Amino acid sequence: MIDREQVLHVARLARLQLTDDEVERMAGELSSILGHIERISELDLEGVEPTSHVVEVANALRPDEPRPSWDREVMLANAPDRTEDGFLVPSPQAG
Amino acid sequence: MSAEIRSLSARALAEAIDRGDVSAAEAFEAYREAAAAEDLNAFTWVADSAPADVPAGPLHGVPLAVKDLFCTEGVPSQSGSRILEGYRPPYTATVVRQLTAAGAPLLGKTNQDEFAMGSSNENSAFGPVRNPWDRERVPGGSSGGSAAVVAAGLAPWSLGTDTGGSIRQPAALCGIVGLKPTYGTVSRYGMIAFASSLDQAGPFARDVTDTALLYAHMTGRDACDSTSLEHPQRIALPTAERLDGVRIGVPRDLLDESAAGIEPGVSAAFEATLGRAAELGAEVVDVTLPHAEHGLSAYYVIAPAEASSNLARFDGVRYGLRRDPDEGLVAMYTHTRHDGFGDEVKRRILIGTYALSSGYYDAYYGRAQQVRTKIAEDFRAAFGRCDLIATPTAPTVAFKLGEKTDDPLAMYLNDVFTIPISLAGLPAISIPCGLSDGLPVGFQLAGPAFSENRILDAAHALEQATGFEGLAIS
Amino acid sequence: MSTRYEPVIGLEIHVQLKTNTKMFCSCALSFGDPPNVHTCPVCLGLPGALPVVNERAIHYGLMIGMALESELAPRSIFHRKNYFYPDLPKGYQISQFDLPLCSGGRLGDVRIHRVHLEEDAAKLVHVGESGRIHGSDASIVDFNRGGTPLAEIVTEPDVRSAEQAREWLQLLRTTLRQLGVSDVNMEEGSLRCDANISIRPVGSTELGTKTELKNMNSFRFIERGINAEVARQTALLEAGEPVVQETLHFDPRTERITSLRSKEEAHDYRYFPEPDLVPIAITSEMLEAARAELPELPAARAERYESKLGLSTDSARLLAGRAELAEYFEAALASDGDQPQTLANWVAELAARLDEGDPGASKVEPAALARLVGLLSTKAITVGAARQVLDRLVAEGGDPEQIVEAEGLGAIGGGDELAPIVAEAISANADAAEKIKGGNMKAIGPIIGHVMKATKGRADGGEVTRLVREQLGL
Ligand SMILES: [Mg+2]
Ligand SMILES: [Zn+2]
Repeated sequence: MIDREQVLHVARLARLQLTDDEVERMAGELSSILGHIERISELDLEGVEPTSHVVEVANALRPDEPRPSWDREVMLANAPDRTEDGFLVPSPQAG
Repeated sequence: MSAEIRSLSARALAEAIDRGDVSAAEAFEAYREAAAAEDLNAFTWVADSAPADVPAGPLHGVPLAVKDLFCTEGVPSQSGSRILEGYRPPYTATVVRQLTAAGAPLLGKTNQDEFAMGSSNENSAFGPVRNPWDRERVPGGSSGGSAAVVAAGLAPWSLGTDTGGSIRQPAALCGIVGLKPTYGTVSRYGMIAFASSLDQAGPFARDVTDTALLYAHMTGRDACDSTSLEHPQRIALPTAERLDGVRIGVPRDLLDESAAGIEPGVSAAFEATLGRAAELGAEVVDVTLPHAEHGLSAYYVIAPAEASSNLARFDGVRYGLRRDPDEGLVAMYTHTRHDGFGDEVKRRILIGTYALSSGYYDAYYGRAQQVRTKIAEDFRAAFGRCDLIATPTAPTVAFKLGEKTDDPLAMYLNDVFTIPISLAGLPAISIPCGLSDGLPVGFQLAGPAFSENRILDAAHALEQATGFEGLAIS
Repeated sequence: MSTRYEPVIGLEIHVQLKTNTKMFCSCALSFGDPPNVHTCPVCLGLPGALPVVNERAIHYGLMIGMALESELAPRSIFHRKNYFYPDLPKGYQISQFDLPLCSGGRLGDVRIHRVHLEEDAAKLVHVGESGRIHGSDASIVDFNRGGTPLAEIVTEPDVRSAEQAREWLQLLRTTLRQLGVSDVNMEEGSLRCDANISIRPVGSTELGTKTELKNMNSFRFIERGINAEVARQTALLEAGEPVVQETLHFDPRTERITSLRSKEEAHDYRYFPEPDLVPIAITSEMLEAARAELPELPAARAERYESKLGLSTDSARLLAGRAELAEYFEAALASDGDQPQTLANWVAELAARLDEGDPGASKVEPAALARLVGLLSTKAITVGAARQVLDRLVAEGGDPEQIVEAEGLGAIGGGDELAPIVAEAISANADAAEKIKGGNMKAIGPIIGHVMKATKGRADGGEVTRLVREQLGL
């Protein structure tokens, strides 16, 4: 149903490292779950609109009025690594 | 004094405080002490002391336990996850602010399945919660901690969230009342998201009246949540003692479909309660929900898909766990997420990513959303023939710790009766309706959108008739 | 004989909207502020935070759609575009996918494919070896820009040359500036352009493999970048090698084109409808409000210049296509509106002398240019003298009459003054005089040249010709 390669591909998309054991186990578990899920492929859903919102609301818009931004120290307080004024990360260019 | 205070319903305690029989500080301390000493692993954080200034409000200082995933300023809000261990947000969820403003101070944060993914509370990074009825058994999930603390008398009431059954199922397994409101009636702002189109906050309490009282202060349109809306009705305290003229629909096809999964004791308690409803004047009718049996499949596409995206923000950049930054950005991402997320969360991220990925979207996500449409239509049609729909909340009573951890699919089947209602965004309550092998059985009543008053009234009438004693403390 | 190729170019333009606040939160937009002082739980992607759409961003989006003659969707929705990058706090960008705000349309000779709204990414500042992160260079994330509203404008592949791309982008910039929806400053990044480029044999209707040239930040670079890429693709095809579909970067210093993303990292954005937002349903009030704020746009303005002022098509398009020229022209016209076409020519003449091409920013007052044109039309000065006056005005500003006076640039008027000079020129050019007498008027050149030299260009060419004919008895 879903093989090792597919699990690895999806894990890469999700930025999730998996050990070899985990890949093996996930391939089995996901296959059984997807096997159940695939029952919906038997349904005749021709012309049925998809539902992504159950609430029938539109245009929940916000007036374009600024409110004070948050104190930088408060927002940096949870940073795993930081400089005086920003969030420090490994550079994307560095591979 | 402490035991006396804790034996009162929330409403009775509020009245006692209002009368001056008990002070708000005494009430808080009684619960705080008990919560700090608990051995169910149900709290992840308990307040050190009563908050200095409990606002005077209609809830009069009755303390509130809150599921871990609600952000509370300066207080650990970890959503049961290693990746958020020790995270203290700079802001508080709207619904918690509303309840604090109404006079319910924060007693503690409760344990839960990681990111609300689970039906047993065994997926918490902070260990499983034990069911106060039997400590070798699970309390249900994902809001297991919030259900257990109320059942154990460690909190008068609590907040949970329900995505596919995460309030109703633990309420059932712990023998208390839990309400999953109409989607949108309670703000989601500050709730650490699992599946945004399904997540909904709701109350746990020992009885239906307390449930109504808490819910009445939770509703309201929030400018910070685009999907929130004003409840068209004021939520009233229920008074009904009879069910005359109420048509209760039973989706026999769905119950038969899962007959193999329903325990006999659960079935017996459910049928007995239907009988009692008829005695109270209700008309019990058969209804069909032809697509409900596919609810589980649709749910296990939609919820993981949304979750895979909602959980992308846990990347080790701005908050939470970070692993191996020295090995470069991609290694930091993948190792952080490997070490930070538990197995169930990983499974759902993978399913959700797969279902949205190029080439699979139409077959999975697209179809699941169409099934969702069909299920919503089924309910609309059914509510043309009845006022409320009844099912057992869960097919089984509380199961043993570890019993289903090796079989994710078996675990998912716990929510077979709660999920279709979630997909349709409808309100539903679980009330205790009896015991099976000494463990509580939940009775689920669902109604059309915004029918909370009707549901609460009917639940109240049944509660009076069954006379179930909600507390698991002796 | 070798095949001739033609480029097929489509443009994708990201425009930062000039709202007061960000796309989905109430943080003010940032202009060169210290890092991370414009953030909140929403634009930092904190757990539990939710987006709410900025009303004015929709308003601006509708204005852009109207200006580009797009079809405005009665109902449009936002999608999530999922990918990981440190400048993307939620792990997804809220954008629009299959139901954008505006579809189709046209500006000038290029058709519009769509216009949609989205949020900008944050800024990454590469700091190299940080001393904090070992074995890997570090970057600092500044979230001030993150969440700035963007309109993404996508054209059909109607552009056939780099020069046309530049000219069209200038027209687009003028249009957007007139709308007042953006600063449209390429250097500051409020207008950013990507180009999709392919080539095909002239006469072919099939499309070749396209490459995407990213983020060119000046009109000059766009032209040079596209030319370089067209040359690269042509060389490939001529060498019998295929063009590979990839994303490219043009380095304006070296004129080199490099691949931006490694191939192994194929993108799969897993778009799905953003469950935290509700649809945008355009109301008639919203449409009216947008229409009411639409200024006169280049196409309409050019039409008016032609029909009402009698400008030539080229002049009308030139002025209308560049708002700064049109505004200057209209200011000059207001002080003296007798000679619109001559004035238009002199506005163009003035703009050509300016580095920035913006007469409004020069020392030449619009009224001064109008007076200069007045002097010219009353033949008080000659064209040559007017050019000299304009040079002085550009350099120093001032009043044209005073410059003419001080420099003695006034036209040498009637016969009295000019006749002896013409006589002298005829006798110095006897050959030419003979030829004219023989009926060859073209031979008058040297005689006029002589007069002009003697008068330092202050003689009127027509008057000189008249005097020559008169003195030669023709
Ligand atoms: Mg874009
Ligand atoms: Zn913000």
